Amino acid sequence: MQKKLVLDSHLLDITLNRLCQQLIENHGDFTSTVILGMQPRGIFLAELIHQKLKALVKKSIPLGYLDTTFHRDDFRRREIPAKASETKIPFAIEGLKVILIDDVLFTGRTVRAALDAMIAFGRPSKVELLVLVDRKATRDLPISADYVGKYVDTLDSQRVLVELEAQGHKQNKIWLINKD
Amino acid sequence: MSKLSQRHLLGIKNLTRQDLELIFETADNFKDVINRPIKKVPSLRDVTIANIFFENSTRTRLSFELAEKRLSADVINFSTSNSSVKKGETLLDTVNNILAMKVDMVVMRHASVGAPHFLAKHIKANIVNAGDGTHEHPTQALLDAFSIREKLGSIEGKKIAIIGDILHSRVALSNIFALKKLGAEVMVCGPPTLLPKYISSLDVLVEWDVKKALEWCDVANVLRIQLERQQIKYFPSLREYSLYYGITKRILDDLKKEIVLMHPGPINRGVELTSDAADSHHSIILDQVENGVAVRMAVLYLLAGATA
Repeated sequence: MQKKLVLDSHLLDITLNRLCQQLIENHGDFTSTVILGMQPRGIFLAELIHQKLKALVKKSIPLGYLDTTFHRDDFRRREIPAKASETKIPFAIEGLKVILIDDVLFTGRTVRAALDAMIAFGRPSKVELLVLVDRKATRDLPISADYVGKYVDTLDSQRVLVELEAQGHKQNKIWLINKD
Repeated sequence: MSKLSQRHLLGIKNLTRQDLELIFETADNFKDVINRPIKKVPSLRDVTIANIFFENSTRTRLSFELAEKRLSADVINFSTSNSSVKKGETLLDTVNNILAMKVDMVVMRHASVGAPHFLAKHIKANIVNAGDGTHEHPTQALLDAFSIREKLGSIEGKKIAIIGDILHSRVALSNIFALKKLGAEVMVCGPPTLLPKYISSLDVLVEWDVKKALEWCDVANVLRIQLERQQIKYFPSLREYSLYYGITKRILDDLKKEIVLMHPGPINRGVELTSDAADSHHSIILDQVENGVAVRMAVLYLLAGATA
């Protein structure tokens, strides 16, 4: 198994700061915007960005977690069903702007499921997608991200591994892994 | 990634502790779903489920049907009172005819012990036992354990008394299996004639005095006297049963400790429970019913998901 470093801790911090500035550019003081982290791994990134934004705009921004398991399109088509995680959205998203956050954008199917799952909490006025890593040219669906940390050229057989301190890793690092 | 060790839910006996915990964790998520404004998820939209009830039921059948609909499954209902079973069709023929209409899962209640086990050997669809005679009622035990877990935080080390007609109760047997697997201490309490002879071989305590049982336990799960299954007299009269084994609010209040009161329903008010006890703050009877839908959604979801 070969591992190649895509982003180290220092570069990742620069990237996250840039993403926050882009969000502020489009959402101003976040009066009508909420953030939804996608379970299971997108929530750590959402928390990181949420913290940084809070410090920058100096007000609290609603943060929720969205689980897409029950809305997936591969149910009964994979060997083992995906395990559900908690959905925690303690506010209505009706009429608000939603920023969906996930770590890696690959086929786009999870994002499709997320758009479906979100509707149970109201009709947002606008939905945007932020991802840390966009795996280029691997999409199954016509979905693209509005904010991208880093574009990476990958093969289907490769895997992107995001290690964040919040998940218990020593340092924030992003790897590209070749499966042999 | 997660999967049950079984293809069918025939009884709690064949499940592992990991299975039970997986069902509870999944049910936590479904309980969240059914408390949203939109109470439905699309997971089972290409699955057809037949609810086949050879015995009467209100709660269980409605609960299963609602669970199936909340998961977006297609549902067909069948009960014997208006079916060809009356004309002499066998169980296997009836079910095979239903399956020929492309049904993926069968939820069945039957008066004969082992009926779902028999079916499981002969058909391909996933089977969920919704009660077989006096044997097992696995989803009831799951929702009981889930409700205790929700109320008390965990089941490990808790003391649970099952009180009433143990002999004829499928709820009692499934509850004993589930609670023991989850590390609880279990006691059964009832008149000696309504306790099975070898019940203590299941590693449960046996008590004849209901007051002592209540003193001992954290949770009292009170069962109905199943007159419809009793071919002979097991006690002199319902009045006498109620006098010695009926639980009143006064008895509960006199305990000087917190106790959780459960009942799988239907309650015979004034027999095993008085109205003031059933409606008291000790009771979590209606929480059990709510949790029933979430737990059944979890079971159907996990079984359906593993078929591919």
